Amino acid sequence: MPVDTTKDDQTADFPSFTPVLHNRVDSMPRTKIELPNIEYLSILDEDAKLDKALEPKIAPETLKTMYKYMLLARRTDERMLLMQRQGRMGTFPQSSGHEAISMGSAIHLGKTDWHVPAYRELAGLLYRGWSIETTLLYWNGFEEGAMPPEGVNDLPVCVPIASQLLHAAGLGMAMKLRNDNSIVMTYFGDGASSEGDTHEAMNFASVYQAPVVFVCLNNQYAISVPIAKQMRNETIAQRAIAYGMPGIRVDGNDVLAVYVATMEAVERAKRGEGPTLIEGLTYRFTPHTTADDPKRYRSDEECALWTKREPLARFKKYLVAKGVYTEKQLEELEQELDTMIKASIVKVEEMAQSEELANPLSMFDYLYSDIPPYLNEQREELKKHLEQVKNSTNSGVSPQKASAH
Amino acid sequence: MAQMNMAKAINLALFEAMERDDKVIVMGEDVGPDEGVFRITEGLYHKFGDKRVLDTPLAESGIMGTAIGMAIYGLRPVCEMQFSGFDYYAFHQLECHASRFRNRTRGRVTVPVVMRAPYGGGIRALEHHSESREAIYAHTPGLKVVIPSGPRNARALLHSAIQDPDPVIYYEPKAIYRLFKEDVPEAMETLPIGQAQVVRKGKDITLISYGASLRPTLEAAELLEEEDGVQAEVIDLLTISPMDATLIIESVKKTGRAVVVHEGPRTCGLGAEVVARINEAALLYLEAPIKRVTGFDVPIPYFSKERFFLPDPERVLAASRETLSF
Repeated sequence: MPVDTTKDDQTADFPSFTPVLHNRVDSMPRTKIELPNIEYLSILDEDAKLDKALEPKIAPETLKTMYKYMLLARRTDERMLLMQRQGRMGTFPQSSGHEAISMGSAIHLGKTDWHVPAYRELAGLLYRGWSIETTLLYWNGFEEGAMPPEGVNDLPVCVPIASQLLHAAGLGMAMKLRNDNSIVMTYFGDGASSEGDTHEAMNFASVYQAPVVFVCLNNQYAISVPIAKQMRNETIAQRAIAYGMPGIRVDGNDVLAVYVATMEAVERAKRGEGPTLIEGLTYRFTPHTTADDPKRYRSDEECALWTKREPLARFKKYLVAKGVYTEKQLEELEQELDTMIKASIVKVEEMAQSEELANPLSMFDYLYSDIPPYLNEQREELKKHLEQVKNSTNSGVSPQKASAH
Repeated sequence: MAQMNMAKAINLALFEAMERDDKVIVMGEDVGPDEGVFRITEGLYHKFGDKRVLDTPLAESGIMGTAIGMAIYGLRPVCEMQFSGFDYYAFHQLECHASRFRNRTRGRVTVPVVMRAPYGGGIRALEHHSESREAIYAHTPGLKVVIPSGPRNARALLHSAIQDPDPVIYYEPKAIYRLFKEDVPEAMETLPIGQAQVVRKGKDITLISYGASLRPTLEAAELLEEEDGVQAEVIDLLTISPMDATLIIESVKKTGRAVVVHEGPRTCGLGAEVVARINEAALLYLEAPIKRVTGFDVPIPYFSKERFFLPDPERVLAASRETLSF
């Protein structure tokens, strides 16, 4: 007989469950298992104060490259936001504030290495050879924007959460199986850390000692859900202990700290010592996507505090102090990038109108290596429909045009 | 020419594929020294070692997701899901990634991966070990779905699946793994994916089936001949996506009557698709409504009652007679 849960006495048949809280010291086994500690690394703090003892030796040209792509990502992101507000760009997740984690890690990748992003790694993508045009195309609804540049070992942006980490693990496993000395760098957010695929990817990579560097962009919010509701552990990095791999938390807005931590991870991977987890603590001072209103879930004060800690300003001060750039050169760089972005926008808006990119029939052409008959029929169906629409528009809406022929 | 059952024929195909192409790797749960719970990977670990035959952690999404990475790298992973009832964990990776990489990268990144899984009822298995959910995969653009019905086509189709440049779901009707033997030629064979076969010629009615349901369908065709003098044509789909509609339509134009038989649930099952294709191309040739003999729209019952769920010759016979006497 079904239990009527509206009546209290019906539940009396079941013993009540009162958890008994034991004092751990008395009830737990006495032998301790020693676990590694989790380190935190910061080299260039939010006031651009440098820890000289930890400062990495990076060639001025490399520093310039890093700064250039970080700035290019920031300015592109800002421009895309303007375009989105003008209706010239689809919904997209902004990458501003995440440039240090992306660039400080991607800089270590060589030609045969793989870069497997989530979706806030614009700096790294641009550095790896993805053009601004490709980025604009992708977020403007063109598959061509997900097409990796020729000869570049990158996977495109991954919108589902955490599933890309398994592709990275698989790439790394393949390298291990084929004695390839390359490595994989992959990215995910704090929200993604709750997904099962994150666990599976780290476990697979660890079991197979795959050369994978897992880089977490912990910006403290998964859309609106703060990290405290995502997990009870202090850091994401400490999960590495459970997978038997090294883990470290770094100041994710400090490009030097990211550089050092990921360099060590890359070297370890190349020595055949398996994966590493690096958690970069950062903040998304923008909305989650252009469709999000962050005022619903966080305070202006908090946002202002973290905006002050963003990665570009301190890196710029560092570069000027080191004499890598003069103020004048930095102004010229801003100009150069601005011109570049503007030219890309013009180019991309032309491309979007081109026969090749505007053709709706292309939706059928890349699904399989060979188009199967039923799909070809559907292609013909759409083609015919489009021709009919075109003909009726030609004869109906613009009669003058039609009679001119 | 050697006589073997379907389990052995699939094993032979894996062995041959791994021998001819060192990029082919086999991965899954217990596929190594244990040689798979159905022993389909028998001898592979011993012959090819742990760099080609990978015992993975117990995680289906992990298996499929890492296989995608390996396929992108240039390997040809053949993943075994221990039972199709657990491959839903892998579905996200197949639907969101394996099926889409070629399309979204305009052909630049491709995923030549095979997912093998024993599926279907009829072996008195425990709960979650008897499902037929092939329609889920057939409904997913970008995947191909093949289902053998016997030793010879099982071996040939697996070779085709492994050589295919796109992701292929290879569903193994486990009820017939060791049910019967067949002559399998010495020389390696392939079978084009997307082609059905007429396995019994007839002129009065078309019976369309695949996988384990093909045998009861053929038995029903024999009974129709013996008892009613009716000549049934039987089509084995072999590939359920992309489906070979041409062969079905040609046959139905000839017979004017059709029954579709499969053990997956009826609603939105493969039978619905077959009926739609016939209606689109041969409606005016039909003498009777097309019947579906399928699993019912309930979870497959526990094994004490599974035989009432699975299509049997009597149900196919009854449906055929209704169609014939319409």
